[in-house]
Amino acid sequence: MTSFILTRSFQSIIVLFVMSLIVFAGVNLVGDPVDMLINPEADQMEIDRVIRELGLDRPVSEQYWYFVVNAFQGDLGRSFIFGEPALKLIIQRMPATMELALFSLFMAVVFGIPLGVYAGLKPESKVSRTIMAGSILGFSMPTFWVGIILIMFFSVSLGWLPSTGRGEVATYFGVTSSIFTLDGLSHLFLPAFNLALFKLSSVIRLARAGTREVILQDYIKFARAKGVSETRVVRVHVLKNIMIPVVTIIGLEFGSLIAFSTVTETVFAWPGMGKLIIDSIYNLDRPIIVAYLMIIVVIFVTLNLIVDILYSVLDPRVRIKGVS
Amino acid sequence: MSKALDPILKISNLQTHFFTKAGVLKAVDGVSFEIGAGEIVGLVGESGSGKSITGFSIIGLVDAPGKIVGGDISFKGQNLNQLSNEQMQHYRGNRIAMIFQDPMMTLNPVLRIETQMIEAIQAHDDSIAHEDARIRARDALGLVGISSADERLRAYPHQFSGGMRQRVSIAIAMLNRPDLIIADEPTTALDVTIQGQVISEMQKLCQETKTALLWITHDLAVVSGIADRICVMYAGRVVEQGSIESTILNPMHPYTRGLMGSVPSQNQRGKPLQQIDGMVPSMLNLPNGCAFQNRCRRVNDTCLTKQPDIMHLADGRQVRCINLPEEYKV
Repeated sequence: MTSFILTRSFQSIIVLFVMSLIVFAGVNLVGDPVDMLINPEADQMEIDRVIRELGLDRPVSEQYWYFVVNAFQGDLGRSFIFGEPALKLIIQRMPATMELALFSLFMAVVFGIPLGVYAGLKPESKVSRTIMAGSILGFSMPTFWVGIILIMFFSVSLGWLPSTGRGEVATYFGVTSSIFTLDGLSHLFLPAFNLALFKLSSVIRLARAGTREVILQDYIKFARAKGVSETRVVRVHVLKNIMIPVVTIIGLEFGSLIAFSTVTETVFAWPGMGKLIIDSIYNLDRPIIVAYLMIIVVIFVTLNLIVDILYSVLDPRVRIKGVS
Repeated sequence: MSKALDPILKISNLQTHFFTKAGVLKAVDGVSFEIGAGEIVGLVGESGSGKSITGFSIIGLVDAPGKIVGGDISFKGQNLNQLSNEQMQHYRGNRIAMIFQDPMMTLNPVLRIETQMIEAIQAHDDSIAHEDARIRARDALGLVGISSADERLRAYPHQFSGGMRQRVSIAIAMLNRPDLIIADEPTTALDVTIQGQVISEMQKLCQETKTALLWITHDLAVVSGIADRICVMYAGRVVEQGSIESTILNPMHPYTRGLMGSVPSQNQRGKPLQQIDGMVPSMLNLPNGCAFQNRCRRVNDTCLTKQPDIMHLADGRQVRCINLPEEYKV
């Protein structure tokens, strides 16, 4: 197991290096921050001073070298706009985004698996058909539009839930989150549901497909032939087998959940990383964009690693030699 | 040999039909036979003859679109056909156990052997402690010849070979000391040497525990070595049944004769192997009259129009053919 994790970590570092090249090169080709940041009335002296200050007068290769060296020291540059370290700004916003993403994931799993398994067990029933039709809607409706509809319905028409911002936070066990307060939860519910909808649909479809495949297997029939109750057949024999693809997808898609949260955060004015990156793109705040992308890459790579490890826990057949 | 005893399983006129889009498929159509306590009955037939469906009908696990539409399955006086699924669960794995054909597929790949054995015990005994159930599971593994059973309980199915997995399935089937085990081609997927071991293991266990065995197979050689009686099925019906000695030595139905002729034997070295001409008719479109008519050498006009009834012969044998040799006619 240790060598497996080491190999994977090494591969991850290579991925990070390549990504840093792509991100840095890509971002440097977009726009000129000088035009954005400097008062158009400023004279050439002033412009030169700012360019020097931001290191924009150096060759691109040198800029990249300093970027890498600084990145290793945890310094991904200073925001042109806020004048603060980019990493610090992003990390400040990270808990809000993580909270939103995790809560969405929680919703997707808690509702998606039972609905999907049910639809798989009774594929012909009306309820199952409704669930499947719903999942197609969840897939095909654009997130921002659903978000606006949710706000119109639940906040404007019914007035049940607040439409924008993050609610009160409280700290328990060293975790500060809005899920610990009622106000926080009421603020969280709509954006989380909005973000969860797409994942919920894929979890439903995966769980259904898995159930339909597994239920036909001989080992399910054999379990029934042992006299095991139908509840246990579904909860243990079916569920444990369908969890393999579901965990893979959930893990890998968690990254995209964070990435997708930019849309939801913008619609619901959720003070997370996603909103920050959108604002930074408008302002061509290059260090923040680079830092954000690097953090997303790190998250993706880490998630991949975790999924691989989880996968081997769930399915004993993929366990690497020397482990069992 | 067991006629004197009360049969523990008595199937009469069982009909299991599949309602497919192409029409009603009469997979099992009027099957009747009995199994006495401790008796081993071989249920023989080609693929698609309805022998496995008969087995699944007994244990109440016929998959949709299949349905038992008629007949009685009387197990120790209780008609299983009338029980709800929950009531049936009490019998499954407890009084009637089943072993499947492919040992690679019958054990859940993501659960430990331990889990899969203990749940079979706890399903029928709420009060048993986990630790006691584990001891019983371990002993059962020992009985079927698996060494270091304690360690093996912690293993997953993929860590066993095919033969070992089938032993595990047998151990699971024997866990609750059932009265009847339905073995659906349990040795078909195994090597010949392993096959022999598994057969003798089963024979020994059934003798010791007085468990009746319904051995479903297409392999006459296997069945002649283990069974007391034999039922031959063709196109959803039993065409011949009787004691193993008389049926194997002197098969009466033309189909049984054909089957016997198709078995390679050392006594007939060099001679061309006999085979049954033609093909099994489509189960969706069986001919009027005898289902075997298109492959039969004794066929006459009556066979083409009239479904043959079961003839009861003097030695307790039953044959579904109207053209028996003269000396056997009742």
